[in-house]
Amino acid sequence: MATNASVAHDHHDDHDNHTPPFFKRWFYSTNHKDIGLLYIFFSIFAAIIGGGLSGLIRWELYEPGLQLFVEGSMLDSLGIFQGKHGYNAVVTAHALIMVFFVVMPATVGGFGNYFVPLMIGAPDMAFPRLNNISFWLLVAGFVLLVISLFVPGGVGASDKGFGGGWTVYPPLSNAQYHPGPSLDLAIFALHVAGASSILGAINFITTIFNMRAPGMTLHRMPLFAWALLVTAFLLLISLPVLAGAITMLLTDRNFGTSFFIPAGGGDPVMYQHLFWFFGHPEVYIMILPGFGIVSHIVSTFSKKPVFGYLAMAYAMVAIGVVGFVVWAHHMYTVGMGFNLRAYFVMATMIIAVPTGVKIFSWIATMWGGSIDFKVPMLWAIGFIFLFTVGGVTGVVLANNAIDTSLHDTYYVVAHFHYVLSLGAVFSIFAAFFYWFEKMFGVKFNELLGQIQFWIMFIGVNVIFFPQHFLGLQGMPRRYIDYPEGFAYWNKVSTIGYLITIVGVGVFFILLIEAAIRRRKAEANPWGEGATTLEWTLSSPPPYHQFSQLPVIKDDGHH
Amino acid sequence: MGIRRLTMAGVRAGKAGIGAILASLSAWFVGAGMAFAEEVAGLPTDKAIHLQKSVSELKDDAIFFHDWILLPIITAIVVLVLGLLIWIVLRYNKRTNPTPARFSHNTTIEILWTVVPVLILVYIAFFSFSLMRKYENMPDPDVVVKATGYQWYWAYDFPELGVEGIESRLLPEARELESARAANVPFLLGVDNELIVPVNSVVQVQVTAYDVIHAFALPAFGVKIDAVPGRLNNLWFKARETGIFYGQCSELCGIDHAYMPIAIRVVTQKEFDDYIIAAGGKTRAQIAQEAAAAKLAEQQAAAEAAAAADTAEAAGASAVATDAATAASDAPAAATDGGSASAAAAAQ
Repeated sequence: MATNASVAHDHHDDHDNHTPPFFKRWFYSTNHKDIGLLYIFFSIFAAIIGGGLSGLIRWELYEPGLQLFVEGSMLDSLGIFQGKHGYNAVVTAHALIMVFFVVMPATVGGFGNYFVPLMIGAPDMAFPRLNNISFWLLVAGFVLLVISLFVPGGVGASDKGFGGGWTVYPPLSNAQYHPGPSLDLAIFALHVAGASSILGAINFITTIFNMRAPGMTLHRMPLFAWALLVTAFLLLISLPVLAGAITMLLTDRNFGTSFFIPAGGGDPVMYQHLFWFFGHPEVYIMILPGFGIVSHIVSTFSKKPVFGYLAMAYAMVAIGVVGFVVWAHHMYTVGMGFNLRAYFVMATMIIAVPTGVKIFSWIATMWGGSIDFKVPMLWAIGFIFLFTVGGVTGVVLANNAIDTSLHDTYYVVAHFHYVLSLGAVFSIFAAFFYWFEKMFGVKFNELLGQIQFWIMFIGVNVIFFPQHFLGLQGMPRRYIDYPEGFAYWNKVSTIGYLITIVGVGVFFILLIEAAIRRRKAEANPWGEGATTLEWTLSSPPPYHQFSQLPVIKDDGHH
Repeated sequence: MGIRRLTMAGVRAGKAGIGAILASLSAWFVGAGMAFAEEVAGLPTDKAIHLQKSVSELKDDAIFFHDWILLPIITAIVVLVLGLLIWIVLRYNKRTNPTPARFSHNTTIEILWTVVPVLILVYIAFFSFSLMRKYENMPDPDVVVKATGYQWYWAYDFPELGVEGIESRLLPEARELESARAANVPFLLGVDNELIVPVNSVVQVQVTAYDVIHAFALPAFGVKIDAVPGRLNNLWFKARETGIFYGQCSELCGIDHAYMPIAIRVVTQKEFDDYIIAAGGKTRAQIAQEAAAAKLAEQQAAAEAAAAADTAEAAGASAVATDAATAASDAPAAATDGGSASAAAAAQ
């Protein structure tokens, strides 16, 4: 990977730090670092809401019988999320918020915006104003989604919000079963958030192809930039399909078309194909930036170059490409023909190969290293292990023959939370602590960071590992209540949530402590292992960096 | 088939091996099923960590595939990765290894960790596809059921047997935990009308939905298929034990998604026949008998017609005889048509 930058930046600081006044800086911002920070703070804010909603779910599922989404409960007296429809609305909103407004803004919008230009030696993103509108469209989308929770959705008078799951399958999402405007608002929210992501993707592709510093060839480009490049292509290709599908749904709901209405000659299964053609690449959109992040962290703290750099880069490309032709493994039970299902079984399992290459290459990167187990490294190793667990259950589910028993059960819930909640979110925490000093110019408390990691590592495993058992016993997803045979592991799972909450509390204490103490950050706190260009700059970097482009020389490691 | 033999050997081994371990692991709890009537045979077990108990060959094979093919492989991979990570933590930390190595390539090992996973996947696929094929290749069904999902109950028809519109709803007392315990019915599972099918018979279930998408699932038989409006999906099972087996709707279908269980009561053939007759239908035997009788009647009619023609021949010209012979040879064909038509009528 590229290492040697031959520029001194300090004497530019006078020109570089003409930061605009507060309102102009944060609301009209065209600076990729400011927009990156906006994305990260937005993501944290959305995570509090999305994570809070999952708390309501775990509260309700603590024991058999209705506790929370029932008349006379706390939620009922507050007048929000009332009744069983309220539960479905919460499940739906939890998923939509976590996918579109927490993970994507953090990895792509946040760290991508902030660090891709720094890593490739660019002064900013290619289209700074497009970058600005990407962010504010996302905020608009989030506002629409939150409003949708509080307007009529279901057939009942008090059924606020849309209760049909984040997949929005018709006919349940047709006007007959969700007559209120809630889903229309949610569809607009996805349109707006999708437009935001598409504009962001265009920006990333253009930046990475055109604005690399002299000598920064694609094959010397840091893996995080590679990850964002692949992610941007996935966004660009998949999101228009989602936009088309939900637009057809919108016209079905409001303008009398019958794309997905069987009585009018439509087919609800066609919606599922369109949705998952987007939905499957979407899960790689969420995890690929994490792959890039973990590669850097593992290399930095092992003080070794990334093992098999090119294989790592092209494994991501392979995962991105194959990710587009496996979508129907989400639909094994809809009644597809044998040959079609057999193809999707094989194609899906093939993804395990490049994923395995990545896992083993990370291990090989650490092998022989002189590893410093700082907080970001803990999160990265946690990621590698937990993503492996989520990955192997993915191989299980790829097999139609066993998916027949596990489809739409908690096994699936456990699987995708292992790759997303424990995979993508762990990579977000890893990146957050890896670049904390670089972004904020202050140090965080190492001990608090370690405590947070261990509490959360235990907590999330206690939440999600028992859900495999629930799934094997056949507990269906999206259930507000369950037979007594599922009681024990549900209780354990909810206890895990409480442990995790403590970890989140430590995280906020860490943030407050760092903000109060204001220990001055170093340009490169991680030492010789940190070789990418962002570590050649001050912490935080000057407002405008690389007004003289760095020149990259081959460091002879690939 | 080789696979089949392997599979069954595995299941038997499973009963002695992992099955025993799992059983002993879960031996310290009292199964929820114990609380109910003895006939309840299939429902989730509290604290269990394995697939639900099987009463069909498909589920046997699914359990074998999961417990003996997939689970050992994925456990081995996770243990390998965990072991390597632990070794790295112990051996390659900055104290034990102050000087890092600088290597970043090893072609042999890179080829190895690409090829070995491929071989493992091929191995998995071998069992995976053979089980898929087994799910796909339904034997000739003994009973055909049509299951229709409604918000929020199931309706069952036996189209061939003339029994239709059996609505299966959650018992009101099974909706609340307290009342379910008081009435000794399984909470969220007990229904008013179970789907009744004969034991040791191939049951084909044609699944569709009236309003939104539901999913028909029964863990003890290892089956699940979506109920999609405007589509007719198929699954089959052959239960080898009598008793009541529970499943639950497995596709989000609205506010009472968790309140529309699937309950199948597997009974002996005689009990099933009695049930069908009591419900105003006809058993397969009866229908076959009637079809045979109808065929016989048709044949008799044809024979009578031929006899009449013979009489005519004796009395009339030879030209007429040719016509009559044609008519007589047509008659059995007509009788066959009549027989299948009446069977079709019974199926409506």
